[in-house]
Amino acid sequence: MKFERYGIGIAKGLTVTMRNLLRRRITTQYPEQRLTVSRRTRGNELVWSKEKCTGCATCAKTCPQGVIHIVTSPGEENSYEVEEFEVDTGYCISCGLCVEACPYDALYMSYAFELARYRRGELVLSRNDMLIENKQASAYFRPEISETLPEQELLIDRKE
Amino acid sequence: MMVVPNITADAFRHFAPVASDWPGNEWWHWLVFTVIIIVFILVMVIIFIYLERRIIAWFAARIGPNRTGPFGVFQNIAAALKLLLKEGVNPTNADILIFWLAPIVVFAPVIAVFAVVPFQDGALLKDLNIGILFVIAISSISTIGVFMAGWSSGNKYSMLGAMRMIAAVVSYEIPVVLALAGVVMLAGSLSLNDIVVAQERVPFILLQPLGFLLLFVGGCAEINRSPFDLMEADSELVAGFHTEYSGIKWAMFFLGEFGEMVVMATLIATLFLGGWQGPGLPPWLWLLIKIFIVDFVMIWTRATLPRVRIDQLMALAWKFMFPLALVNLIVTAIQVLAWPDALPLYVIPINWVITVMLVLLGSKLFKLGWGRVEV
Repeated sequence: MKFERYGIGIAKGLTVTMRNLLRRRITTQYPEQRLTVSRRTRGNELVWSKEKCTGCATCAKTCPQGVIHIVTSPGEENSYEVEEFEVDTGYCISCGLCVEACPYDALYMSYAFELARYRRGELVLSRNDMLIENKQASAYFRPEISETLPEQELLIDRKE
Repeated sequence: MMVVPNITADAFRHFAPVASDWPGNEWWHWLVFTVIIIVFILVMVIIFIYLERRIIAWFAARIGPNRTGPFGVFQNIAAALKLLLKEGVNPTNADILIFWLAPIVVFAPVIAVFAVVPFQDGALLKDLNIGILFVIAISSISTIGVFMAGWSSGNKYSMLGAMRMIAAVVSYEIPVVLALAGVVMLAGSLSLNDIVVAQERVPFILLQPLGFLLLFVGGCAEINRSPFDLMEADSELVAGFHTEYSGIKWAMFFLGEFGEMVVMATLIATLFLGGWQGPGLPPWLWLLIKIFIVDFVMIWTRATLPRVRIDQLMALAWKFMFPLALVNLIVTAIQVLAWPDALPLYVIPINWVITVMLVLLGSKLFKLGWGRVEV
């Protein structure tokens, strides 16, 4: 005898919703409460290590959007001096190809995701904006720094 | 010299039902209760909308509105202010007079119904001896307002929603009235105050479980609560009859909708849960508590059940609830005839067994699709 047709299905459904009522709330109240994003996140900004960079401009050649602007000049001891280095994040698609292409591991993706600006011009990152000393680099394609980063917070693990 | 009314709990006892030309005994009785009822409705609607949003959110493991004011209690006041300031758009094809009149026709009966609802023994605007009849008659007027809205919008979806509304209300009015008739027979009176007084020993939900079920389901269908909200199903009818409404006119519909919910919760609390009867607390507080319990159950079912189709809606009314209501009426009539003074307490388990058996039998025989014409 199938009891689903005799109102039992409704009773079952009511208990399911009641269990949800008594459950912990899943909502994260965003500006006040934040979850830590993945270590391998591809934030829409680049982080640049000035020491490691040789000015080879591979990143600029790889970029499918062509938003990396780099100007170098020959420096002393057979190396390049990076004169200009700018990224227009307004056009960046966060594909991460520049980071993957960098032969000297000088570029990183970042953790940044709150990137709304009032002017288009403010989206263009200058070389000082991207310095690794000022920005938190993510471990995207850089597993060697992964251990130093905070672990991702998942809603199901969250204690409250 | 004017007598200043002393509005305390005991002062209401002077308003015992007395036949007089003026409702109540004094002009200020009429004035005070009119003000009380209007304020009560507006405050309760705001509280109901808040509770609806908050509790639905809890059922979905969310938090709900909690930004505006402490715990988000001012969210609805902010929403009302926003609606007041919004532009009222008149569609090109609208029948303007009816279009403007419809929200008022929907909302006014909701206030009128409360004229006969007792907040305490004898504390009501007018103790009509045809109380329930008045409630049923007046609350059905809202349907005309809905149809006016659907017709005058000049929009096929609004018309369709209004037609579904008419079909649902006309169908569900029958089991609801039959369920109410059982209560009336038990209490021996149509007056809501007398019905509450008659529940002093035991609330009618115990004596009339099937009637309570029928009134609850039928009531939810009449005030188009989910899962019977297919007259304003936003996913298929783009909100049905109030598609074309905006601003304060739309707010009136919203007010009317939740006002009907207050009416239905109050009616169920009064007729089946014992109204203002209860130990310890003041009577009006008991009535409020019972109203909120009924409201919670309505929200609970809304959070649980998916929307029905129109044929399921009709079939439930005519093939399930109508026969059950008839049987319930006959059983109640036999019981009232057998024990004319007062029903003995052992009737309670008997009635529960009858209810369970009838629901099982009705579910067994319930089938969709009979009489469908293939074309």
